[in-house]
Amino acid sequence: MQAYLVRRLFESALILLGITLVTFILLYLVPADPARQIAGRSATAETVQNIRDQLGLNDPFFVQYWRYLTALFQGDMGRSYLQRAEVSELIAARLPASLLLMVAAIVTELIFGLTIGIIAALRRNRPADHGLMIFSFVSISAPQFVIGILLLYIFAVKLGWFPIGGYGTFAHVVLPAITLGFLGAGWYSRMMRSSMIDVLGQDFVRTAQAKGLAKGRIILRHVIPNAVLPIIAMIGIDIGLFMSGIVVVESVYGWPGIGQLAWQAIQRVDIPVIMGVTMVSATAIVLGNLLADLVAPMIDPRIKTK
Amino acid sequence: MKKLLLTGVAGLALAAQMASAQVDEDAPMGGTMIVTYKDDVATLDPAIGYDWQNWSMIKSLFDGLMGYEPGTTTLRNELASDVQISEDGMVYTVTLKDGIKFHNGREIVADDVKYSLERVTNPETRSPGAGFFGMIDGFDSWNAGEGDGLSGVKVIDDKTVEITLSRPDATFGHVLALNFASIVPKEAVEASGEDFGREPVGSGAFKLAEWSPGQRVVFERFEEYHRENLPKLDQVTFEIGLEPTVALLRLQQGQADVPGDGIPPAQFLQVMNDPAQADNVIEGGQLHTGYITLNTQMAPFDNVDVRKAVNMAINKDRIVRIINGRAVPANQPLPPTMPGYAEDYEGYAFDPAAAKEMLAEAGFADGFSTELYVMNVDPNPRIAQAIQQDLSEIGIDAEIRSLAQANVIAAGGEADQAPMIWSGGMAWIADFPDPSNFYGPILGCAGAVQGGWNWAWYCNEELDARAAEADAMTGAENEEARIEAWKSIYLDVMEDAPWVPVFNEQRFTLTSDSIAGDDSLFVDPVHIPVNYDYIYSKDAE
Repeated sequence: MQAYLVRRLFESALILLGITLVTFILLYLVPADPARQIAGRSATAETVQNIRDQLGLNDPFFVQYWRYLTALFQGDMGRSYLQRAEVSELIAARLPASLLLMVAAIVTELIFGLTIGIIAALRRNRPADHGLMIFSFVSISAPQFVIGILLLYIFAVKLGWFPIGGYGTFAHVVLPAITLGFLGAGWYSRMMRSSMIDVLGQDFVRTAQAKGLAKGRIILRHVIPNAVLPIIAMIGIDIGLFMSGIVVVESVYGWPGIGQLAWQAIQRVDIPVIMGVTMVSATAIVLGNLLADLVAPMIDPRIKTK
Repeated sequence: MKKLLLTGVAGLALAAQMASAQVDEDAPMGGTMIVTYKDDVATLDPAIGYDWQNWSMIKSLFDGLMGYEPGTTTLRNELASDVQISEDGMVYTVTLKDGIKFHNGREIVADDVKYSLERVTNPETRSPGAGFFGMIDGFDSWNAGEGDGLSGVKVIDDKTVEITLSRPDATFGHVLALNFASIVPKEAVEASGEDFGREPVGSGAFKLAEWSPGQRVVFERFEEYHRENLPKLDQVTFEIGLEPTVALLRLQQGQADVPGDGIPPAQFLQVMNDPAQADNVIEGGQLHTGYITLNTQMAPFDNVDVRKAVNMAINKDRIVRIINGRAVPANQPLPPTMPGYAEDYEGYAFDPAAAKEMLAEAGFADGFSTELYVMNVDPNPRIAQAIQQDLSEIGIDAEIRSLAQANVIAAGGEADQAPMIWSGGMAWIADFPDPSNFYGPILGCAGAVQGGWNWAWYCNEELDARAAEADAMTGAENEEARIEAWKSIYLDVMEDAPWVPVFNEQRFTLTSDSIAGDDSLFVDPVHIPVNYDYIYSKDAE
């Protein structure tokens, strides 16, 4: 197990290193010149040149990349070109909001997804099952931007149950969490349904029925705990899905997270911030996957760590 | 003999001045206002901030030596009590007002003026505005990183600064009114370092009270502001992160007062057709021109007849309709609200038949294929499609290249890349209300360089010389002749037709029922979206 952990950590570090290189190359190849974005339209060619010099943008690619990498290893993500603030501070100020939204969304999608999946499995091939599966299909395909605006309009503007965007109280988190969790809910409901059906057909369930146990007891004590195991392990992998979702959801609800930060940085070619946010999300995804792989064998001993 | 800087334009704007003075005295003090924005505030450092969002915010946090009468384009003294100009227009002697203080309580002295001007022109500051100060003596060497300061700025005593120019420049008063010329306290800048943009200390009507990244920025009244009974509001809150559509919903629910990003295009008609809301929309002009650049160094646009033909082929009225009438058709580079605008100039009238004929005479009877670059944010691609259609009418087949803003700007800065660019989303909005501001970087030879903003790559050395001459005409008695000189420069530009001027955007500011003030404050040409200092709250009455 220990050797496995060491190997996986090493692999994760390599993946992250690869991501820094790929992102850096992509940003290097973008035809937009960040110095001109900083300098603005009234700047003279000398001013732009001076800014390029100061930011080291005239250096060859590998010099720039090496400088970034060595600073990164010392925990220095650089300063935003436009805001002039430390990238690490900008991200640190916004990370808690994104984490909160993510946790709330995970809770939401599990509650909705598992409930729907269980009901659908128990009512398999009956109208309730079909209805719920159509719902899950819609939730997987619906664009988050549209769902967000729709929920906002119905529940915040028309009904006035929740605030119209913003951040701060429990009421603020409900709609963004539902919007972000909506997609996952559909996903999980399908997985839970098939997992339930799988377990329901297994020998030990038949044994329990043969023993004369009450149906409710069989479902609660034997079927659900077994069916839910593979799904728990999926949450870690899900983080990648969330990372792309928060960019949209945060922008709709004015949620002050890193998705919003990333979106603005991309528009303004603020390379250090784009790099920083990419690194933080990549780390989260890599860690999520690692965690999923580590947790899986604990939940289900049939999966072996090799 | 010396003369006052202000006398030249004073008569022009006397009426406006009196009107705004009226607003000041009657309006009650107190109350608050909520302004919404989608994007986080980039910085509040006056030497660095250069977007529409922070421009007006910085104006409320900082003061320069000069400023503008609220709601107008008329210069007035701000921190200066008196500005004397030498007879040759080369030396400005500025006297500071008494009892002016920074937000940290320290009195502002002449050393602060020198420090501030040297900071913004210091290459290490990387200010996007440094180039505006090119006329100050010693700028070239200091901005190149040599010497130990701007030799043209001398401190005479605590209250007096003498600024020497290297060439007479009639726009210098406007330059002193730019945000970049704001006076900042050295001790606060040095204490904050690169973070000064997050911890701004100025002398403006408001001071920064709170900044929660991605959530809100709060300004509160500066009690020791140098103008009496100002600002009107106790507090202005900027709510950050709200999509324009969401911001509009908030305003309709009474949870916001001004949507800083404006009325979203998709909801514009809905707002204007609702009498209750339309009543709260204030329309005004803007120092803005949207245009198509025709790259004069790329065939076939190196042929002036082709450029003229394109000018005649574009149906500007239809384009204005595409954006719901939020603009007026243009026929010259300057917008109608800018001094020097030629009222009686007719430009190239829309006439596809004549355009086609002219194109045929130029040797393109069968037309040609070209590319039209455009920024990929609505409504610009739709406008580009209209242009494409108009061009196809006269046989020109234009392929639309819809790209991110930064990429279009990069393409325009290369001599041989973008034959045509629709400037929407990147169009020129004047930095200061003077006709010269529409020339240099976008039509002059200096801008026709790699990485420049003269996307038509138009360079007419004779006009460049006349532009330099016009800007050297300082003094009130030359004011009228100078404006005339600029007017004729722009009309001669149109003879060469490097652009198709398409429209001048109008501003439509929507407000809630709870704030008020003279209409001019809500379409203030210098403060966008609104003049935060002079607007008052109806709740305060």
